[in-house]
Amino acid sequence: MAGLATSLGAGASTNSLSQMADMDLLFLFGSNPNEGHPIISLWLKKGLRNGAKLIVGDPRKTWMARRADVWLNLKPGSNIAMLNGIVNVILENGWENREFIAKRTEGFEELKAKVREYDLDRVETLTGVAKENIIEAARLYSHAKKAMVVYGLGVTEHQTGTENCIAIANLALVCGHLGKPSTGIMALRGQNNVQGASDLGPLPATLPGYQSVALPEVREKFEKAWGVKIDPKPGLKSVEMLDECRRGNFKGIFILGEDPAQTDPDLHHVRGALEAVEFLVVQDILPTETTNFADVILPGASFAEKDGTFTNGERRVQRVRKAIEPLAGMADWEVICKLSTLMGYPMHYNHPSEIMDEIASLVRIYGGINYARIEKQGIQWPCPTKDHPGTTTLYTDLFSRPGGLAKFIALDHKGSGELPDKEYPYVLITGRIREHYNNGSMTGRCSGIVEIVPEELLEISAEDASALGIGHLEQVSVSSRRGEIKVKAKITDRSQPGNVFLTFHHRNALSNLLTSGFRDPITGTPEYKSCAVRIDKL
Amino acid sequence: MGTTISGKLVTIKVNNSVLSCQSGKTVLEACRDANIKIPTLCYDKRLEPYGGCRLCLVEVKGFSKPLSSCTTPIEEGMEIITESDELTRLRKTSLALILSNHPFDCPHCEKTGDCQLQDIAYEYGCDWEGSNGRDAQLISSTLNGEKWDLPRRDDNPFITFEPNKCILCARCTRICNHVVMAGTIDITGKGFDSLPDTAFRRPRSLENCEFCGQCVSTCPTAALTDRQGRGKGRKYQMKQVKTTCTYCGTGCNFFLNVKNNKVVKVTSDYDAPVNRGNLCIKGRYGYDFIHSKDRIQTPLIKRNGKFYEATWDEALGLVASKFRELIDKYGPGTVGGFSSSRCTNEENYLLSKFVRCAVGSNNVDNCARV
Repeated sequence: MAGLATSLGAGASTNSLSQMADMDLLFLFGSNPNEGHPIISLWLKKGLRNGAKLIVGDPRKTWMARRADVWLNLKPGSNIAMLNGIVNVILENGWENREFIAKRTEGFEELKAKVREYDLDRVETLTGVAKENIIEAARLYSHAKKAMVVYGLGVTEHQTGTENCIAIANLALVCGHLGKPSTGIMALRGQNNVQGASDLGPLPATLPGYQSVALPEVREKFEKAWGVKIDPKPGLKSVEMLDECRRGNFKGIFILGEDPAQTDPDLHHVRGALEAVEFLVVQDILPTETTNFADVILPGASFAEKDGTFTNGERRVQRVRKAIEPLAGMADWEVICKLSTLMGYPMHYNHPSEIMDEIASLVRIYGGINYARIEKQGIQWPCPTKDHPGTTTLYTDLFSRPGGLAKFIALDHKGSGELPDKEYPYVLITGRIREHYNNGSMTGRCSGIVEIVPEELLEISAEDASALGIGHLEQVSVSSRRGEIKVKAKITDRSQPGNVFLTFHHRNALSNLLTSGFRDPITGTPEYKSCAVRIDKL
Repeated sequence: MGTTISGKLVTIKVNNSVLSCQSGKTVLEACRDANIKIPTLCYDKRLEPYGGCRLCLVEVKGFSKPLSSCTTPIEEGMEIITESDELTRLRKTSLALILSNHPFDCPHCEKTGDCQLQDIAYEYGCDWEGSNGRDAQLISSTLNGEKWDLPRRDDNPFITFEPNKCILCARCTRICNHVVMAGTIDITGKGFDSLPDTAFRRPRSLENCEFCGQCVSTCPTAALTDRQGRGKGRKYQMKQVKTTCTYCGTGCNFFLNVKNNKVVKVTSDYDAPVNRGNLCIKGRYGYDFIHSKDRIQTPLIKRNGKFYEATWDEALGLVASKFRELIDKYGPGTVGGFSSSRCTNEENYLLSKFVRCAVGSNNVDNCARV
């Protein structure tokens, strides 16, 4: 999210999901919504049925890739080269939106100079995508009236994740495809409340509402509201806290509803950290790999057991309602209040609506939101005042950067942290399938889902399988420099030769034992989408 | 998911009252917006106009025959009648045709109390014999023909198919092919043998089905029902609680159906701004975990490598004193919290506040990046 924030001002999708029905071009990049976001895929399909053209950038031959007007089957990790190449084609042909660039952006000359280095020959070599497809993608995108870029974790889960997002913003800005209905950039969020969790400040360098902890006036506002002194020094990111645990410098962690011991990359490192930390408290609804390491486990309440709000990927704040009593007697928000009070900082709220009222008083983008207003339908932030209707389309007038201008940022291709070699010749891409969810702690306990998808399968192309002498559903070992797992192989043309795919849904085949420790230096997002593995027949 | 509406306003007259409606709407949509009731069985606002069930017939001035309101766009000056003896007779005949091949097992049918066919049959008084000589004759002679006698199919964990209860409205096949674009089912066979089914009537599996249950959500009868919810209660015995899905970041709304403090089923919310009644496999069928026997029901404290059950007071007392001890001994910079993009906004805010205020550091992060 840092990428879009850098270029445009806010780390958020620019439009409403329902606007997807009316676009005339969809550029789907690093996202497989049919599996990861099935209901968003329905909006996209509606757009396609209404006649929208389709460009898909994905190393996997997904449902959308099969139906694409242009499929950019790029090598994993070559996103920046791909996007620079497309921008270069647009500029060379004069297809850019000069008026938009002049009036609403800055830094164009730097971008222009940089992308010139990405001629078609070079981009074809770096990405593996045929030149004519790059040209066609550039032509289609730049000539569209209402073009949306929809991207997913295939863009962000790289060591260059932030830069990949910036590269997407560069492309949209060059064509002026922002600030109008059905025209913009949509980031698809993996988890129900990624947007809200980012908005509301469990982040080490910002207080709720992306307000920098380094700014004295921000601290002053929160110090007044909270009645404490706030440390001006940014804290540690979760991965850094874990690093410090291993070094013996970090002593106590409270983990709320997260499972780093299964879902973080390079699990041996994570598990070493969780073992090393002196006192670990984990609150969760179900036992996970992480709860094994806890000194105290606190029961969590599921979404059915509490009141509150989630903010979705289009910035819509919507109600979560208590349908049944918390099974363990307390909702998570009550537990935090009680713990805080016991530690000498009293917190008391009668209902989560009072917490939202406090949020609204401190966070401008949520300023006009309260439970009464979102009783029937959620509101999309920014919603600064009680009479503001919310915002369906961002940046119709100004970008939320200083001066109101969006910024072009010149970028270079870096590639993945770990590339295939003789010893580990395949690229492993990890991701989701539709039926399961993340660590599988929830869907793995849904009997019907377990019945239809009981186990992990390695998706491998027929070419690679035959070279390795592997048959469909035969057992194989997948290993990387960090670990090994045993799974069955599924031969499918969804994988291109050289690439294989695993999910991370199954506790008995922990694919994150394989993934690398490379991370985006800005956000700390791990490079889940690319690491080198070898495959052996068992 | 809604038709494209242009901003232009059109004036029409329905049953002698004047309505101002947005152009691009159908007669049915315009009437329903104005709370004028028109019966339908094949209509679902998520689908494109179809005109199959013939129950939504209306009289339009200037047309010699009744028109299906769901496929007729409104036009300036249109004069429409939605209720008349002739329309009632036509609707009853259509209903009689549908019911002539429908099992009357309503007392133990899964859909009773939530069945569109049952509701419309009740409204139009399906006890025609005696009340209306002409319809009685229709039923007893012409319509007392062959009936389907096909077995119920439970060939997958989620969707039960009772073909005998199908009225061939094609809502299931249309939502599968036009909205989901999964192509799992289509109308197979010809004439009396027509049925919505999979290719070669194979069992549903991941090879041919996404198990999103969209077909179930649109079925107006009990032909398609949620297998997991069967026998768990009538709709009117359950509390419907509107909420937001806990899985991905799309933000779909739906109703949790609760009976005896248990979530027994998920049903669609057609007014939801994001999903408009649509759901995927996880949203519709991924709720078992709520009542999983594996749920952590009580705080647990680890002693000598083993977890022991504890009360909330014991556990929170221990956590508070241990964190205080670490803060006092090593400084607040050595203690922190991981928040969760699975939890609510309010909880994320509170955890951020807790670490800043009760711990005294900025060591708080979420798993948004993971």
